[in-house]
Amino acid sequence: MSAQQEAAQAVESYAGERYKYGFVTDVEADSAPPGLDQDTIRFISAKKGEPEWLLAWRLKAFERWLQMEDEEPTWAKLHYPPIDYQGACYYSAPKSDADRPKSLDEVDPELLKTYEKLGIPLQEQEMLAGVAVDAVFDSVSVATTFKDKLAELGIIFCSISEAVKEHPELVQRYLGSVVPYSDNFFATLNSAVFTDGSFVYVPKGVRCPMELSTYFRINAANTGQFERTLVIADEGSYVSYLEGCTAPMRDENQLHAAVVELIALDDAEIKYSTVQNWYPGDAEGRGGIYNFVTKRGACRGANAKISWTQVETGSAITWKYPSCILQGDNSVGEFYSIAITNNRQQADTGTKMIHMGRNTKSRIVSKGIAAGRSDSTYRGLVRIQPRAEGARNHTQCDSLLIGATCGAHTVPYIESRNPTARVEHEATTSKISEDQLFYCRQRGIDEEDAVALIVNGFCREVLQELPMEFAVEAQKLVAISLEGSVG
Amino acid sequence: MLTIENLHATADGKPILNGLDLQVNAGEVHAVMGPNGSGKSTLSYVIAGREGYEVTQGSIAYQGQDLLAMSVEERALSGVFLAFQYPVEIPGVGSATFFKTAVNAARKHRGEKEYDAMEFLKLIREKRAALGIDDGMMRRALNVGFSGGEKKRNEMLQMALLEPTLAILDETDSGLDIDALKVVASGINGMRAPERAMVVITHYQRLLDHVVPDKVHVLSSGRIVRSGGSELALELERSGYAGLGLESSAAA
Repeated sequence: MSAQQEAAQAVESYAGERYKYGFVTDVEADSAPPGLDQDTIRFISAKKGEPEWLLAWRLKAFERWLQMEDEEPTWAKLHYPPIDYQGACYYSAPKSDADRPKSLDEVDPELLKTYEKLGIPLQEQEMLAGVAVDAVFDSVSVATTFKDKLAELGIIFCSISEAVKEHPELVQRYLGSVVPYSDNFFATLNSAVFTDGSFVYVPKGVRCPMELSTYFRINAANTGQFERTLVIADEGSYVSYLEGCTAPMRDENQLHAAVVELIALDDAEIKYSTVQNWYPGDAEGRGGIYNFVTKRGACRGANAKISWTQVETGSAITWKYPSCILQGDNSVGEFYSIAITNNRQQADTGTKMIHMGRNTKSRIVSKGIAAGRSDSTYRGLVRIQPRAEGARNHTQCDSLLIGATCGAHTVPYIESRNPTARVEHEATTSKISEDQLFYCRQRGIDEEDAVALIVNGFCREVLQELPMEFAVEAQKLVAISLEGSVG
Repeated sequence: MLTIENLHATADGKPILNGLDLQVNAGEVHAVMGPNGSGKSTLSYVIAGREGYEVTQGSIAYQGQDLLAMSVEERALSGVFLAFQYPVEIPGVGSATFFKTAVNAARKHRGEKEYDAMEFLKLIREKRAALGIDDGMMRRALNVGFSGGEKKRNEMLQMALLEPTLAILDETDSGLDIDALKVVASGINGMRAPERAMVVITHYQRLLDHVVPDKVHVLSSGRIVRSGGSELALELERSGYAGLGLESSAAA
């Protein structure tokens, strides 16, 4: 460590405020000090060796974000103390081994219990818990063979930083084309400071033969709190992408603001599945992750299809509306969602289906489950533009309440500007009945298992949209998320 | 096996059972008959341990244990089975999935290896055939959209799968046509065994044409007022509850 840095840190810790000089050009530094200004952004961009256009884009986003001070969304049914954006740290290098737990013995036993219940192998447990592992993990070799196979087909699957270097023309063309840098408070922040994420390009006519999963590179880059994902399916191609992991992941950052953009050209199909299980906080909701995510897909071409499936069980606050812009004629958008909240968790989630092309179709199936003192809100928009002749939407929103202290809310918006459109909305709210629980218990199934069984039944339509191996884990996850919600 | 002494119980605070005594031994089938509102369903719920049914006096011993001290699932796991008068619908939960969960909970409790999907499929195929239940029913959500007869047959199938020590059948015959009634009756007869006791609760005598009980009890105003052999059921059939000097009370 240079003398200059030491001095910088000394000043910083002494004054308890930001050290303003010296670090910007010092690319050797591992972390940016807390706070956010142009220099922070230049630092991040320099750290990543980015081209000028990307830095310019980030700075534009930052300028916009500064003007958005009053635009932090307040319309969601979420309550949380004001976030101190200047107190957050926007770039930190992965932790060194010295700071990480040496073995599973040093890891929170509660976390280990959950891994146990999910049936996660020991090696993976170590990885997920952030244990410093020396041995080369199996998945590295798996990932390599996997990458070779994809390369043969011309499929690009890499981190977005790598894509910026290797495929700048694709990134420059599509980045921000679905979620513009000025889109919303959190997306704009992400555009300014995103650190990493995934990039996928599937060439014309190629059907990706395997589920692409972030799981494979879980021990590679620490994608951090401002993740940026870009998936492009060229004409006639198909890809299924899995994001997240059923296992709760260790994360030091409370604020998460990711952006995901999907682009499906003519006759292309993208299936995007998420299992989100960030730390929800303790029983009182302390310390949980705030998750503000902007996910949007554009069906640019005719007959394109984008399907979102999400299982949201974690985070203290979830603000998330994976949406589809149906530009191409006959294009199809789908949204399948399970949102489970327990204890003090709050979720405000749903989708937007924007019908622009003719005969565009969308389907929304939302299952909200609330327990404890949690709040679960479905918020959705179906908009039919004037040109969208023959557009159709079907929305089904079901809420299940467990206990008497939780809340479920449904806020559907429908805007139809074409008289030929057909929009249907169905909604139900139910409680797990005493009769159902008694029946299960009389058959020897204990109360928690009974709740899990009933809830899994309630979610079945969505669970069956998940890829097979994910679905099994997701079912277990549903059960674990609701532990302690009855009795 | 089951000894009920001076049982007083309330349902939602209202006294229903008023000093009921009943002794059922292993290998026996008892019929408990009575007019509406006599406390038949309350008796079955108290034995199963349903919330809202409070025992204010008396005791129930099951296999020498204090049944009332056990939770609902403990009772179930130790072999007490209740065939419901109104089986509950559970949307989205496949019948086969539900049965497997229940059977494996019992096996786990007994320290036996849980069945995997293939083993369970084999077991259920055997039991199903005996009750004339088709495979389609297994794939549907539990009791959802089932006819009255299908629901009751489903209860019989669960009894066959769980092989209880003490089975309480709460008006399993109600609302059945004669074919379904025969299926249910053969289900009950097929389960008769020296180590098993059954209590068949019924309003009508007609089930007892097919299931011949060892003992018949008449329940009225929360007490057993007459006990006898199977001939008592026939007597009731001829003279009705009024003939025994009993009236249907208003409460169902």
